Amino acid sequence: MYDAGKIIIGLVVFLALVSYPIWYDAARGDIPTSADPKIVTAEKECVAPTDYMKDSHMDLLNQWRDDVVRKGVRVYTAESGRKFEMSLSHTCMDCHSNKSEFCDECHNYAGVNPYCWDCHIEPEEVQQ
Amino acid sequence: MTIDRRKFIKTAGLASLAGLVGKNVLGQDVSDVIEPGSFDRLSGLQSPLQARRWAMAVDIGKCEKQHDCTKCIDACHLVHNVPKFDNPKDEIKWIWKEPFEHAFHEQENEFQKTDLIHSTPLLFCNHCDIPPCVSVCPTRATWKREDGIVMMDWHRCIGCRYCMAGCPYGSRSFNWRDPRPFIEDQQKDFPTRMRGVVEKCTFCDERLAVGLLPACVEACDVGALVFGDLEDPESNVRKLLNNNFSIRRKPGLGTQPEVYYIIS
Repeated sequence: MYDAGKIIIGLVVFLALVSYPIWYDAARGDIPTSADPKIVTAEKECVAPTDYMKDSHMDLLNQWRDDVVRKGVRVYTAESGRKFEMSLSHTCMDCHSNKSEFCDECHNYAGVNPYCWDCHIEPEEVQQ
Repeated sequence: MTIDRRKFIKTAGLASLAGLVGKNVLGQDVSDVIEPGSFDRLSGLQSPLQARRWAMAVDIGKCEKQHDCTKCIDACHLVHNVPKFDNPKDEIKWIWKEPFEHAFHEQENEFQKTDLIHSTPLLFCNHCDIPPCVSVCPTRATWKREDGIVMMDWHRCIGCRYCMAGCPYGSRSFNWRDPRPFIEDQQKDFPTRMRGVVEKCTFCDERLAVGLLPACVEACDVGALVFGDLEDPESNVRKLLNNNFSIRRKPGLGTQPEVYYIIS
């Protein structure tokens, strides 16, 4: 191998630069290892089981959106038989009014930026 | 405890009197007309207002008597988070007024009933039976519902403005700027729009769904706006049209508007 020393040094410098954000955060102790959304509601029952909501709330919301706007169907019957209004601003946010601790917690962790709130008005949060 | 007839009638009389007086003293709160305070949305959803063909009749005479009244416009623009821009080029409007000769182009005569010529009729989306805006929309963000309402899906609008070019009535507005900062009193129940989206009147589909009449109809004190089902021969709007002379905007285009103007 010609110029092995130079190549290896080059590689080390390259790797160091590429991984800079990771070890920089690690050094500061800033790496979020998990997201922990806070649920603050007196309500015992969500519109769907927690596991489903964790994985697929975005699919449910898209389904609700199409049902309400395009089909004019506005009532959702949960598995338990309980009826809910299909509404992000009313049904979802009535319980999860702590948007920054609930929605944003995971969305920031996962680096996703849903555009719900470009139009829908987010609930006012009580600053603690 | 026993209660005799006299006492019962006295109490009942006093109670109903108190009720009447109380209601008159309190008067009608505007916010209550728009969204009743203790309104249960879920039970409202069980009794929506439904029709086979929604239509609106505007009594120009009754409306004109209320000089410069803008209650219906204010109510509509309030509940739907319609922004107010100073620059007319940015204007967003769901209901607006226009001089007669502009609103009814080609239907004005040089000599005509003077109060009609000088009127400024209220204009809406006409919710045409054959809506040109729907034909040209490439994403089906606007379409005609079974009940005749020409709906908008703001999630799907890409802002191409074909519908604005297609609409012969100027009923559609485009959000050239982010509307949020220009909404004076944000109503949480209704979304705002974002930059790059077209909007218009939807005959208050969100209110019909919970059994409420359109906001403009409820806001009008003089009954100049009548809303109902054209396919129902017993509906108010049908009776009104049967008994009065009415005109529609640009009938020659064949779009069959569902907003009628009563000439009295």
